[in-house]
Amino acid sequence: MTIAIKVEGISKKYRIGTAPGKFKYGMLRDQIAAIPRMLMGKGNTAAESYIWALRDVSFDLEEGHVLGIIGRNGAGKSTLLKVLSRVTEPTAGTVTVRGRVGSLLEVGTGFHPELTGRENIYLNGAILGMKRSEIERKFDEIVDFSEVEQFIDTPVKRYSSGMYLRLAFAVAAHLEPEILVVDEVLAVGDAEFQRKCLGKMNDVAAQGRTVLFVSHNMSAILRLTQEAIVMQKGQLVLRGSTNEAVDYYLASGQSQAGERSWDASEVPASAAPFMPVSLRLLDAKGKVADNIRSVEEITLEMKYQLTAPVTGLRVGFYLNTIRGEYVFTSFDVDESAMYEKHSARQPGTYISRCTIPGDLLNEGKYIIGVNASSFGVKRYFMDENALGFSVDPSAAPGMQWAEQRQGPIRPRLKWTIETLEKQA
Amino acid sequence: MNSIAKHEPTTVYIRPTSGLAALNLKDLWNYRELVVFMIWRDIKVRYKQTLLGALWAVIQPVMTMLVFNFLFNNVAKVSSDGIPYPIFSFTALLPWGLFTTALNTASRSLTSNHNMITNTYFPRLVLPMASVLGGLVDFAIALVILVGMMVYFKVVPTLSAIWAVPVFMLLSIITALGVALWLSAINVKYRDVGYALPFLTQFWLFITPVAYSSKVISEKWQLVYALNPMAGVVNGFRWALLGSGNPPDTLVAISSVISIIILLSGLVYFRNMERTFADTI
Repeated sequence: MTIAIKVEGISKKYRIGTAPGKFKYGMLRDQIAAIPRMLMGKGNTAAESYIWALRDVSFDLEEGHVLGIIGRNGAGKSTLLKVLSRVTEPTAGTVTVRGRVGSLLEVGTGFHPELTGRENIYLNGAILGMKRSEIERKFDEIVDFSEVEQFIDTPVKRYSSGMYLRLAFAVAAHLEPEILVVDEVLAVGDAEFQRKCLGKMNDVAAQGRTVLFVSHNMSAILRLTQEAIVMQKGQLVLRGSTNEAVDYYLASGQSQAGERSWDASEVPASAAPFMPVSLRLLDAKGKVADNIRSVEEITLEMKYQLTAPVTGLRVGFYLNTIRGEYVFTSFDVDESAMYEKHSARQPGTYISRCTIPGDLLNEGKYIIGVNASSFGVKRYFMDENALGFSVDPSAAPGMQWAEQRQGPIRPRLKWTIETLEKQA
Repeated sequence: MNSIAKHEPTTVYIRPTSGLAALNLKDLWNYRELVVFMIWRDIKVRYKQTLLGALWAVIQPVMTMLVFNFLFNNVAKVSSDGIPYPIFSFTALLPWGLFTTALNTASRSLTSNHNMITNTYFPRLVLPMASVLGGLVDFAIALVILVGMMVYFKVVPTLSAIWAVPVFMLLSIITALGVALWLSAINVKYRDVGYALPFLTQFWLFITPVAYSSKVISEKWQLVYALNPMAGVVNGFRWALLGSGNPPDTLVAISSVISIIILLSGLVYFRNMERTFADTI
């Protein structure tokens, strides 16, 4: 087998506090101020003002393989893809890429609102590196996939956001490079379209193309890849089978099994004034655990700080199976009495706690996601993969049969059997 | 499903560059279709949702010409070398318009397409180049007006116009691209460019013989004056189309050399800043 991508010791350094679009008056001044120190040979004291988005990352990928990349926000996944797609230069290291790389870091790059769908297909295709003849050949297929045929000659500014995303993804999905680099772009559109996108990605992988695929969606990763790497703070910490990598990833960031805590560096600045502290999962005895018996109740505790008063805040959980199916979504102020009481919260530290009854979940692995938002106003914080746990079915209904029960829930239902006629 | 064409794929090495970056014009050539698409997009979008549409390409130079005519011909009574002032100034406004449009759009081309830069690879030179070339359409429209004016004022162009107009047009494009390469690359890091640009073009208009004849500049300053490539362009246009002034001489040669120096230095600077565009934009 030939190696399609060989990554050797890639590092990428960014300067902190140089948010895009901000005036950077400080920079020139700082550089001038640093000259005397440099002349005195005092070394580089400005070192702390850098952050390593990638640190000494090495791996290689054989032609025709699909590799998943998982990691928490800020772990360096996107930076890695940017380096591989030549958007940004590494600070150190070498990547050897054999073949044309098509990168899909964002859908609709270069889409112009004033242009029609048809015009944008050509433009976006060209930006993504397709030849005009190639776009012409695939045009009908793209339109067909996007399901916006009747609006193809309408300016895209008149499109609904769903239509816009569908068209954008359709163009990107028909790229045919030897190597495809895909960032979190499958999270577009409705569930139906997402399934279609996943199917398309499956086709791409089946065609023997080399694919690198970043996603927060564990089910997408599990479906599309056999192998994955886990990134943590800019470093590659694990490469293994996708199952192994997903387990590792879900267990990471837990100070102990069943507890996840956040330190300030992991929380985006946009979360303020909401500051997540920890999420704990307790079993029926009140012990922190990540393996819970199906028959017992589970308590979820979200601890957080508010640095300013917030009105309309709701803090809640998503529960997903590891295959990505939603089991439920629930917020602490769903009950109107709770909402009235807690609609305005003062600065301070809080715990929002809920209990999941026993005899509810089926055996298997689950992922808890956290969401803190004010409906229709702002989403302060979200972590879709905050904590993973598994459910042990012992003593659950139906355990006398050694079979796997379908479905994410395993309720203990009330059954009656009525005998209408008994033959002697 | 289409299968991948089985040819030996090219190998690309991605590594930090140090020292002077190569111009790598071959890469730019490979992306020539993108240049065409970007020009096409700019043209398509330029007058969208305007009432008058492409008429603006006519209105802008014509209105400027009328204002100049009032100020410099009727009020200030500036000499126009014996040529009717409207056509005298319009002939200069043509290449000047090409130059300023190109300079303005190209200087902002990187920042206004920042999501392309942060999400895809392509030679970044595509953006300023497409912006500069996109201005040629407006130029062509205004040229039709000029031909109409020449018929009206019964001005016969010299035979040299056949080669001189394209050559001086090229010179103004080279100058605009050269300056725009510098400004667009600086603009990625320092948005001050956006504020400085209006002053720069205004100041540049004053030192270019658009509203007046370059004959008002005394002989000993002519050499200094030639350092402004746009002066050479404007004089060249007037000479070729209106037969006024001297044929191209050493002063034009100086102008050309200057603009080529600006272009080459701009290319080198741009290519060297290019590696940080996605991080700083």
